[in-house]
Amino acid sequence: MSSRAQILARVKENQPDLTVLPADLIALVQYADPVEMFGKVLDGIGGMMHPVKDYAEMIGLINTQFAGLPRIISTIPELKELTEKDWENQDPHSYENVDVAIIKAHFGVAENAALWVTESLMGQRVIPFICQQLVVVVHKKDILSNMQEAYQQIADSVYGFGAFIAGPSKTADIEQSLVLGAHGPKNMTVFVLA
Amino acid sequence: MTVGLFIPCYIDQFYPNAAIATLKLLQKLGVKVSYPLQQTCCGQPMANSGFEHLTTGCNELFIDNFAEFDYIVSPSGSCVLHIKDHLHSDGQPEKAIGVRKKVYELTEFLTDILKVEKLTARFPHKVGVHQSCHGQRGLMMSQMTELVAAPFSKPLHLLNMVKDLELVELSRPDECCGFGGTFCVAEEAVSVKMGKDRVADHLNHGAQYITAADMSCLMHMEGILKRRNSQVKVLHIAEILNAEEV
Amino acid sequence: MSTGIKDHAALSDLFNQDEARVDWHDETLWFVRAKRDKAANTLEEWEALRENASQIKDNVLSNLHDYLSEFESNAQKNGVIVHWAADAAEHNQIVHSILKAKEITRMVKSKSMLTEECHLNEYLQQNGIEVIDTDLGERIVQLAGEPPSHIVLPCIHKKKEEIGELFHEHLGTPKGASDPQLLTAAARVHLREKFLTRRAAITGVNFAVAETGEFVVCTNEGNADMGAHLSEVHIACMGIEKIIPKRANLGVFLRLLARSATGQPITTYSSHFRTPRAGQEMHLILVDNGRTQQLGRADFRNSLKCIRCGACMNTCPVYRRSGGHSYHTAIAGPIGAILAPNLDMKQYADLPFASTLCGSCTNVCPVKINIHEQLYKWRQVIVKEGYADPKKAIAMKTMEFTLSNPSVYRTAGKAGRWVMKNAPFLVNNKLNAWYKQRDMPTPPQQSFREWYKKNNNE
Repeated sequence: MSSRAQILARVKENQPDLTVLPADLIALVQYADPVEMFGKVLDGIGGMMHPVKDYAEMIGLINTQFAGLPRIISTIPELKELTEKDWENQDPHSYENVDVAIIKAHFGVAENAALWVTESLMGQRVIPFICQQLVVVVHKKDILSNMQEAYQQIADSVYGFGAFIAGPSKTADIEQSLVLGAHGPKNMTVFVLA
Repeated sequence: MTVGLFIPCYIDQFYPNAAIATLKLLQKLGVKVSYPLQQTCCGQPMANSGFEHLTTGCNELFIDNFAEFDYIVSPSGSCVLHIKDHLHSDGQPEKAIGVRKKVYELTEFLTDILKVEKLTARFPHKVGVHQSCHGQRGLMMSQMTELVAAPFSKPLHLLNMVKDLELVELSRPDECCGFGGTFCVAEEAVSVKMGKDRVADHLNHGAQYITAADMSCLMHMEGILKRRNSQVKVLHIAEILNAEEV
Repeated sequence: MSTGIKDHAALSDLFNQDEARVDWHDETLWFVRAKRDKAANTLEEWEALRENASQIKDNVLSNLHDYLSEFESNAQKNGVIVHWAADAAEHNQIVHSILKAKEITRMVKSKSMLTEECHLNEYLQQNGIEVIDTDLGERIVQLAGEPPSHIVLPCIHKKKEEIGELFHEHLGTPKGASDPQLLTAAARVHLREKFLTRRAAITGVNFAVAETGEFVVCTNEGNADMGAHLSEVHIACMGIEKIIPKRANLGVFLRLLARSATGQPITTYSSHFRTPRAGQEMHLILVDNGRTQQLGRADFRNSLKCIRCGACMNTCPVYRRSGGHSYHTAIAGPIGAILAPNLDMKQYADLPFASTLCGSCTNVCPVKINIHEQLYKWRQVIVKEGYADPKKAIAMKTMEFTLSNPSVYRTAGKAGRWVMKNAPFLVNNKLNAWYKQRDMPTPPQQSFREWYKKNNNE
């Protein structure tokens, strides 16, 4: 008997009587001002939120914050002027020296400052992880309160790869001292578009 | 109302004052209490060591001694929890279930059954309260810090009725003292370290007395205090709730 | 217990030789417990969330056969190659064969407790394959030649000075440097080179969704993603109990996992892998290794609900004062103590006894596993199966005889004498074990029984 057949047979034999899947919880945490909460939580996990009224204001901030950095890439058409052209179809290893990656998120979640990004918004899967600094753009109306709403939003959408990203890469493995920039981005900026 | 007083073996033999205070306190509150003389032990020492199958004799004896009472009250949360969770009998299963339903730890009984709102006791000292795990987490005598839930505490509710008693706050209000039955010798190093840390929390906050609803935890902490010649004493909660005006 | 190998008590005794270090270890983990409390208290629905998660996991265990089949078929449709491993050996062989087919001899691995359980690293190394652990904590213990001491915080037992020393030796950091910032920066450079040059990456799996065939991997460092997205071959290893029915259930578990583990509102990265990247091979190994057996043990099956958050370790007063290595198994702490006897009852007979049954573990568990009740039940099983110390068994029988016979109990001696010889805390006749660091209670003039007979004649 194959291991597959053997495991499945043993599971069938040993699993208890069927219990029902519970209904979704109701009355979950809601915030009067989800954007404010998002910013507060993001700050607590080492990220930074900037509310901006439009792309022009954002471009100004990007120019100041990342002045002089040689390799800035983005998947956002509105930021084409600032960023490297035709970078998308290279070997993923070649992004090792990306200084700043600017991508868009489908939505953000106030309770944990996580942003939902799928590979269509990343350009390549490795981008949000390999860059030295990460910038994510999200619309104000797309900041939800909690994770249950988040999955209602994701629903049965199709993606090859997607991730919730909450703040910069971090570790506290050495004596519980928090250090930002373990392997991935050393910081994370979130622009919240009005 | 008839109440059977269940006094765990080590209280009977080592801490009779805790048992006397329990008896007198209940009598003072108008309860008719008797102490069945044939009682020995709840069987917990064997059960917690993995020998629950050897507790048949203890179980039958316990049922014979206590089944007739309306309530069974004991100054030990741990022993009460054992009876509540594990007492069983093949011969008289209904009686066993009956006993399990009517056994109470002292402060539970005072709070939930007698609904005591006033005591005459006075105890002009700084007191640290040790939350014994089996009483707290097993019998839910007080809220647990792990849970997101409204606070309450039956022992504290009663201690707050004692005149001139000053409660001290602890850094870790419900950490285990490390007694744990045979754990205290089988795992000597960790048990002692846990006990030392618990005692230190009380000492650091200026406690003159450490009290609890379980004498076994107190015996363990007393062993540590005495070894260091500390002036801090342990006292069963019944002795404080029954303390006379001085 | 009687295996001749050092048991939990003996290993804890060693750990407690350095009391200042025990204090440091205890405080460090208590700090994590406190962060967990704070995070839990940000959600009014916390307890409802735990109950919900627990019920979802109950449903998973009760319908595991169908969920596994559903997951497999969806994963295959997504282009994932699914393997099944009955035990650790088969799991290791599958990993090896995948690498062999691609002629890969060096690889990176992100955290997977399953691969620790299977001792994958040793196996691959014996077969000439180099494995680099990329989680910082795991890399540290790997350099030190030790196993992780905690499932979430692998090197929580190590002081920064010791890590500085290791990094000086292996990564060339300045001698005496121990600043976590500096050491982490050095590890970043060291491990980036590995990510960029290794063709295969192993990751664990936190959750696998039956409905969609996708699996979710959670990290803070981003090491699972760096490995997976840069590799030609991604191998994900999971125990069969990691299945959840629906994608929407992730909302519940992701809310609980990081808050319980470290007090973060969510891990930095919660990566959902559904299909391989273009040109990449994605393998997934479903591992039994004793899980189906545990599923059949009614009293112990719900240990399989565990989501590996480590909260029970952080809160455990014994774990904090004995260290993860004292459990001599891949998964330490209270949860490890109820999982390990299923794998080898004799070797791990000591673990269910390494607890005071205080119950704090059960209260922090995000999926409401009744850990302390299972510890109690394992004790009964271990004794019945004959793995208890024979001396203890004799003592227990004597105790049983005395306590079942009131007249024997009474005549056993006047106040204090019987308890002195037979009390719970002295039952295995190690009188010194109590007395070494604690005084005995002073026997009173009379027992309560004697007092009662004199003063309360009814």
